[in-house]
This record gives sequence, structure tokens and C-alpha cells, in this order.
Amino acid sequence: MTTTQTPERQEIEELLPWHAAGTLSRREAARVEDALASDPELARRYELVREELAETTHLNETLGAPSVRAMNRLMAAIDAEPARAPASAVSLSDRLAQFIASFSPRTLAWTGVAAALVIAVQAGLLAGIGLTERPGTFQTASGPAAEATGGTYAMVRFKPQATAAEIGRFLADNKLSLAGGPLAGGLFRIRLADSALSKDVLTQTLKRLQDDRVVDLIAAAQ
Amino acid sequence: MQSTDEDLVRRIAAGDRLAMQVLFTRHHVRVYRFVLRLTRNATVAEDVISDVFLDVWRQAGKFEGRSAVSTWLLSIARFKALSALRRRPHAELDDEMAETIEDPADDPEVDLQKKDKGSVLRECLSRLSAEHREIVDLVYYHEKSVEEVAQIVGIPEATVKTRMFYARKKLGELLKAAGVERGWP
Repeated sequence: MTTTQTPERQEIEELLPWHAAGTLSRREAARVEDALASDPELARRYELVREELAETTHLNETLGAPSVRAMNRLMAAIDAEPARAPASAVSLSDRLAQFIASFSPRTLAWTGVAAALVIAVQAGLLAGIGLTERPGTFQTASGPAAEATGGTYAMVRFKPQATAAEIGRFLADNKLSLAGGPLAGGLFRIRLADSALSKDVLTQTLKRLQDDRVVDLIAAAQ
Repeated sequence: MQSTDEDLVRRIAAGDRLAMQVLFTRHHVRVYRFVLRLTRNATVAEDVISDVFLDVWRQAGKFEGRSAVSTWLLSIARFKALSALRRRPHAELDDEMAETIEDPADDPEVDLQKKDKGSVLRECLSRLSAEHREIVDLVYYHEKSVEEVAQIVGIPEATVKTRMFYARKKLGELLKAAGVERGWP
């Protein structure tokens, strides 16, 4: 060919394959389009590129697909991998954020009412236990409650306006961990301590946590 | 609404096997074809794609989303395919490829097909060197940009452009030798 090959034209010609595949930026594509419109030889070569693209696609499409063996081999290998702890992959604040974000404000309001009822019932049960309990018979870490639960737990419902970051901060500041939930009524089960707390300590702890601005309701749980 | 590849990778990082299956279903055929063109062996290619997606399972938490998931997959696939090639004799791979890839020379109607420009072009595409086949496939079939090809192959963007140019030039020479004159190069 006798066409003058300036550096700019060479650069444009090198871009033709990507122009044919549609993977150039808008600016580059416009530049190539302008060159094609004013250079018949370049336009002819572009047609060759388009042929190559079509036949490369044809060639690849005739290669078939892998057998189911590939998938089976993969899943067997995944099964042989050490088990993952999903909770560690997604942070507590993420779990809370996902849960809270899944409700509309109206739903949150209704779950608040439901949670209040649940906690009221729980509070009643606690009061009943307190009334029937003899003075000086607090459970210790080695007592039956600790054996049954492996720690001290509470049920908590967070205020609807509390953000995930605030809730995460609340859990971290108070060295709490999420043990379950979300449960019916928007309640979460949280671990207050690894051992069974005395009644006085539990009462003080719940009062302190109740005063936190992210907490709507909190009560001891079994 | 369909999950994006990035969503799936996030779920895989959290241990979601279903997300893994969806991502595999979405991409395994193209990744397989890319590997098959490099390794020229269907069994090896199947093993490689299993290994590619196992790497995804293991490394999903480290995926930062700086490139498309498909680009990430092809990068892993390329590395594993080249490793597989180093482990196996070339002769063995080439012999097995003969059973995998359509070869006009084995066809009883070869003379008729030789008259078909598209068929000759495909045959010449198969005769390109591995380096040239790879870049042609990435650009034309996998629709990768200059930047993405550079990431997958691990070469500068300027080299990507010149390598593609010379791959096409070589293709033109092969076509000319096969009796197809395109007027370029």
C-alpha cells in the first residue's frame, strides 16, 4: 500500500481492533470514526478487522463447553476447604445495618410495639423470679444458670434512628457480642458476660446499657 | 434483579456456595475457551477452570474491585494455564488439541472449505503463536480493552497495541500463504 503512514495514522490503525469490539473510550472512538470517514484505505482495513473479529468469535464458539466434571471437581474442592465462619466474614455492624435497612420506618414502629410487649412479659417474669428468690442466694459463675447458658445474656431492641455505626460503637464500648437475632420483634440476643453475673451487677449493667442513646429496650434473658 | 459479579464475589467472600455456583455458571464457558486456546487440551482446560474458581473461593475477600470480575478471572486463568503448560510436554498437548479443535485438513471436503475465506481465516487464527492467539482472543472474543488486556497479560498498554498489530500482520501473512490476498500487510 502506498498510503502515507504518519505516527498518528499508525496509532489510529492500532486502535481499529478495539474500535470493532466496541471497547474504546468515547473520545478515542470518535477519533477513530473521524479518521475512518476521511481515509478510504483505513476504512478498507477496518473491514478486514471486522472479518477477523467475526471469525475469531466463530472459532471460539465452536470450542464447546466444559463437562459437568469441572463443576463437580470445583464443589468437591470447596467441600474439602476448611469451614468458614460466616459471622467473621460479615461484621456485626454490617449484620445490624442489613437488618435495620430491610425495614421501613413504619415497620420499625410496629416492631417496636411488639418488642415492648415481649420485653414487658420478660420483665414480669424477671420480677416474678426476684420475688420468689430467697435473699442471699445469687447464682455464681459455677451455678446452674451459667452451666446452662455459658454466660449472661440480654435481649435488646435498638432505637429505629440508631445507625449501624452507633450500634457497632455501643457493642464495642461495652464489650458486648451479638449472640443471636434478629428475632421476632426486632430483638437481638446479646452476651453481656462470659460468666453468670450476680443479680446486683446484672441490674446495674442493664440500667447502664438502657441509658445509652441507641437502646430502646433491654432486659435480661435466659 | 440479577446480582452483579461484584455482589457475587462479596457473597462468596462470606462463604456463600450458591453465589459461587452462579458466578461459575455465568463465566465458566468463556474462561474454559480462553484456557483451551492456550493449553490446547480439553481435560487440562477443565482442571484449570476448576482451579481458577477455587482460587476465587479462597481469594474473594481480597478482591478490591479495581478491575471487572471477568478480567480478574482471565488473569487467574492465564497464570494457571501457563503453569499447566509448564507441567506437561508440548507434544502431548498438541496431539490432544487435534481432537479438540476443528481441523479443515482432516475434513474430506477440504478443497471446498479452502474456497471459504472464513474457514481459511479460522484455520490461520489457529496457527498463530500462543502469544498472538491469546491477544487476538482477548480483544476480539473476550472484548477486553487495552487496559484490561495489559492487566491480564501483564504487559504495558503500548505493548498490547503493538502486539495486537503484529498478531494481525502475522495473520495476514498466513492468509497470503494460504492463497487469500487481503492487500494488507
